[in-house]
Amino acid sequence: MSYTLKLRIWRGDRDGGEIQDFPVEVSDGEVVLDAIHRVQATQAGDLAVRWNCKAGKCGSCSAEVNGRPRLMCMCRLSDFEQDETITVTPMRTFPVIRDLVTDVSFNYEKAKQLPAASLGPRDADGKRRMAQVDVERGQEFRKCIECFLCQDVCHVVRDHEDNKEAFAGPRFFLRYAELDMHPLDTHDRRELAQGAAGLGMCNITKCCTEVCPEGIRITDNAIIPMKERVVDKKFDPLVWLGSKIGLRTKDDEGRVEV
Amino acid sequence: MASTDQGVTSPTRARITERTLRQDRWWLQPLTTFVVFSAFVVYATVRAFMGRDYYASPYLSPFYSPCLGDCVEGASDFGQPFAWWPLSAALIILIFPLGFRMTCYYYRKAYYRAFWLSPPACGVAEPHQSYSGESKLPLVLQNVHRYFWYAAVLVGLVLTFDVVLAFRPMPAEYAVGDGETSGIHMGLGTLLMILNVAFIWLYTLSCHSCRHIVGGRLRHFSQHPVRYRLWTWVSRLNTSHGKWAWYSLFSVAIVDLYIFLLATGTIQDVRFF
Ligand code: SF4
Ligand code: SF4
Ligand code: FES
Ligand code: FES
Repeated sequence: MSYTLKLRIWRGDRDGGEIQDFPVEVSDGEVVLDAIHRVQATQAGDLAVRWNCKAGKCGSCSAEVNGRPRLMCMCRLSDFEQDETITVTPMRTFPVIRDLVTDVSFNYEKAKQLPAASLGPRDADGKRRMAQVDVERGQEFRKCIECFLCQDVCHVVRDHEDNKEAFAGPRFFLRYAELDMHPLDTHDRRELAQGAAGLGMCNITKCCTEVCPEGIRITDNAIIPMKERVVDKKFDPLVWLGSKIGLRTKDDEGRVEV
Repeated sequence: MASTDQGVTSPTRARITERTLRQDRWWLQPLTTFVVFSAFVVYATVRAFMGRDYYASPYLSPFYSPCLGDCVEGASDFGQPFAWWPLSAALIILIFPLGFRMTCYYYRKAYYRAFWLSPPACGVAEPHQSYSGESKLPLVLQNVHRYFWYAAVLVGLVLTFDVVLAFRPMPAEYAVGDGETSGIHMGLGTLLMILNVAFIWLYTLSCHSCRHIVGGRLRHFSQHPVRYRLWTWVSRLNTSHGKWAWYSLFSVAIVDLYIFLLATGTIQDVRFF
């Protein structure tokens, strides 16, 4: 069954813009991206929108639907009432380029600042080994599709442009945590996470977790564990003492600070 | 209240004046949290400063346990090292549960949102001009949470002991029927205290610092099978940590209220046996 959707889209560029009405014919079972495409095909041929897979796997179609960061291709129209107005805007944390397309290079800059894994020497037979439980631990983090919705919703940068310099954001805290838990990595990134990446600025209010389309429990499984690891290194005198007098496990051995 | 040109309305962003375009009732959750937490704080403050009606043998209110000050007879199971303390005995020990909850990762989330509006809800601009999160004093002190956790384990043990004591026979004036007061006893108070201590333990053991301490801090699960197993258990509890935080908050208040009503003679204990 088809009906006319009351769709509103933000149109404009760096110099200004506004939310405009685009009533459009849609049918049950369609997603917001389908409606946007129909507007593009029938009413506004020059509407700028980024997309690729239409399957929630490429992370290109990130935008905000009724003020909430969503993948447009995974946002079903059936989740809304048929007479409800749906407002689509670009992500409001990144500089806008045109219409629904934003410049997400902030995230690539942050990625560059994160030291890659540095693996230790190989075993005698030339292989590297990791036990299954240790492999499994990081799998959740590897589901990330880099849609940057978590970066978009995070109030640390969303509401404070001046924090962008000092804050890497939840997507990269995932990466810090994954590497810090990695048994073969030889870097110790705890100081870096707290210092250059601004982990301490996160106040664990969990919006990143709320919006992640992959359902990664960013705050509980990456950010908080990483904060606790930083405490081990920087704020817990007992852990420090324990490691000096050899009471700690040798679990951390062989890591060098970066 | 919209944040200024520092945030979503700063020059490079898509020009939209609303601080949020959310249409759902995003304010409901922070408002509820605000009301309930405020009510609890008021109630707990009043009760903590009262300094009386916290013991109705054999029940001792969790706000006053362990009772280390100049407590009423029968309430101090661990002596009275602070007998000289002029104020309410609750104030001696309340710093521990209070500090534990104030630095709890879940409560932090809840009160940063509801009380500090930072942010009030996801995608809703916060009213503050500048923000440094937990990177500076005083909020960097949240990092002491694990020490409060150690203390909370001790408090949990004391409260568990209180539950055992709550099975003691009641004094003669509470006796039912033919005045029988010997043997063990169980009343509604005992039941409430059991529930309370269960929620307190679920809350304490599902703590993020606990999760880290038992095994989360490791990099090689494979080399520490026992700690790995513990970690998986705590992780399972941890997914509901927020729920246990709420349940235990209510249960503490309800147990205290029940004992208050008993101690003031407003109600009689419902006795099962
Ligand atoms: S939990 Fe931290 S990183 Fe995630 S959105 Fe909130 S402040 Fe940002
Ligand atoms: S963590 Fe989730 S929300 Fe963030 S970029 Fe990855 S998939 Fe997107
Ligand atoms: S188009 Fe690929 S995630 Fe939406
Ligand atoms: S008690 Fe909530 S995280 Fe420790």
